[in-house]
Amino acid sequence: MNNEIVACFPQWANYSHAFKYLFEHGFDVKYMTPPPITKRTLELGSKNSPDYVCAPFKYCLGCYIEALQNGANCLMQIFGACRLNYYGELSEQILRDMGYNFHFFNMANIKWTSPRSIMENLRVVNPEVSLVKVVKALPTTLRIIKVIDKFDNYIRHNVGFEVKEGEMESVYKEFSDKLDNLKNGRELSKLAKTYYKKIKQVQLNKPAKTYKVGMVGDYYTVQEPFSNYFMEKELAKMGMEVYRDMNLTNTLVHNQWKKRKKTAKKYAKYSMGATANFTVAETLMYARAGMDGIIQVKSFGCTPEIDAMPVLQNISRDYKIPVLHFSFDSQTSETGVKTRLEAFYDMVVARQK
Amino acid sequence: MIKGYLGIDIGSISTKGVVIDNKNNILASEYLWTEGDPMGAVKRLLKVLEKQLKGKDVKIVSVGTTGSARKLIGVMTNASVVKNEITAHAIGTTTLHPDVNTIFEIGGQDSKIIIIENGFVVDYAMNTLCAAGTGSFLSSQAHRLGVPVEEFGKIALTSQHPTNIAARCTVFAESDLVHKAQIGHKKEDIIAGLCKAVVTNYINNIGKGKKIKAPIVFQGGVSKNVGVKKAFEDAVGCEVLVDPNGHLMGAFGVAVLARKSGIEKSFSFDVADMEFKTTGFECPKCANHCEIICVFKDNELIDSWGNKCDNGAVKINRRNNG
Repeated sequence: MNNEIVACFPQWANYSHAFKYLFEHGFDVKYMTPPPITKRTLELGSKNSPDYVCAPFKYCLGCYIEALQNGANCLMQIFGACRLNYYGELSEQILRDMGYNFHFFNMANIKWTSPRSIMENLRVVNPEVSLVKVVKALPTTLRIIKVIDKFDNYIRHNVGFEVKEGEMESVYKEFSDKLDNLKNGRELSKLAKTYYKKIKQVQLNKPAKTYKVGMVGDYYTVQEPFSNYFMEKELAKMGMEVYRDMNLTNTLVHNQWKKRKKTAKKYAKYSMGATANFTVAETLMYARAGMDGIIQVKSFGCTPEIDAMPVLQNISRDYKIPVLHFSFDSQTSETGVKTRLEAFYDMVVARQK
Repeated sequence: MIKGYLGIDIGSISTKGVVIDNKNNILASEYLWTEGDPMGAVKRLLKVLEKQLKGKDVKIVSVGTTGSARKLIGVMTNASVVKNEITAHAIGTTTLHPDVNTIFEIGGQDSKIIIIENGFVVDYAMNTLCAAGTGSFLSSQAHRLGVPVEEFGKIALTSQHPTNIAARCTVFAESDLVHKAQIGHKKEDIIAGLCKAVVTNYINNIGKGKKIKAPIVFQGGVSKNVGVKKAFEDAVGCEVLVDPNGHLMGAFGVAVLARKSGIEKSFSFDVADMEFKTTGFECPKCANHCEIICVFKDNELIDSWGNKCDNGAVKINRRNNG
């Protein structure tokens, strides 16, 4: 292995800019923006994964393989409240068995109460890591995440009503290119301001009454567009306003876990694991806000989300709001997804009349 | 001259066509097998419909398509409405039975449940991952038992003690069925058991958590099976309606939608004699490898789809033939 460390975190929504900043300015290593997910990524991932593991694992594994092929040598995985805790270890072993040589920064290994454990694990990324530098880079990293989510939210709510299709996307692309070469926090404020103005200038043709749909579901599937067949885009194209509150801002920067659990209390007294309480609480929030429909997306076999399904049906009945469930694995027919979405749209429109 | 509206429902197993007038009366209808060739099936369908309409002075002014091949056939027939089958079925059923609250639909490859309140769809579900409890499962089991699938229902009704057959999954059901047959269960009991298994699977899977309220209409190809109808009635405890045109409901619904759309486009039965061809190729421009489908009419490219991004877009000189 050559000496230069190239870190890479699997493709996940638009967050690579934030990770890039953290690793280049905090850990002092090179960061590789993961190659965008394609069918090949998923094929590579599924081929080398246990068959019954959930789709997010397959996406991540495929991403690791492509990153390694492109020259990355330091991979990582986060931790969570479900099988995710085990995913880092499992993917590391699979990749080692395949013959790859790399460092693996597994955040599930960190004992957060022990400074020694934290340091030991951070040194996996860079043996000469400076904790001071990492801590210094953190606030800006978190701010990047917030900015990204703010932009994504605005786009989600409005992109379906563009006068000239694709305008927002091009503004956003320009913005992300600049974000990728960010030097410091001050630059971020300026950049965000300029581009937020620009994106707000994109001409919209928004009717007074729009159809609003809330997206809920498991952490990865709801956030990574490829893994839900670009559903948000599809819904926007039909002329719907899409809402989604499951993002890094709400789970890391300002962790809403306690609040959500409280919101969900009437329907789910206990902690249901992973994102299930979030799903229930968000569904409830959307229902109370008078939205026109809820779509739950989950990976096939995601137990916490399966547990949330009957709760969602209760909410659907109590608030008279339609809830549509989607379960994704590595193979799902796109036509089937489109058929259901079209019918969902027809239903939402018909209910309003 | 009467204005006619043609609805075509191209499913995986069967292709249905209906021609209605502006009062929703059915002027002509046909049901035939798709045989894996939707374009060929539609050509055959159009020939039959044309024959049925002969001498009636009907002019088709608008076409609607639905079913899994709706897009392809929509291009072929110059359709004014291309609708998903869930909406089409709901529209068709509520037109004929305005008071319906629940629609059970079991077709060849899929099954759905549609919940209706005051004439509007308020909830629906469609089977996702498994073909257990659909028409193709029943027909393959009928074949295994050496019984024509059309007779299946009648035989089921003669059974006194339906055999219990595991309904969770097609594979389990099949091995269970073989086992039960080998240990000596009577054929009619097994057949009745299969009908019951289909219903149990349906209620436990897509019917789960849904408010099933009478009046219930049961449709789709499997609704012609009286055994399944009876099993449904036993399971929900009330009468289940089967419309004589239940198997045509999707086509009927989309014909109604075509009529309501107010869009009139020229259509001629000559389509049946034109040569349509599709070619598929894999776009080489990125690792997504989108499968792009091009549709040709008399060797002229009329439409294409399948590309995820603009790189894969196929340039078309679209003639205004509308």
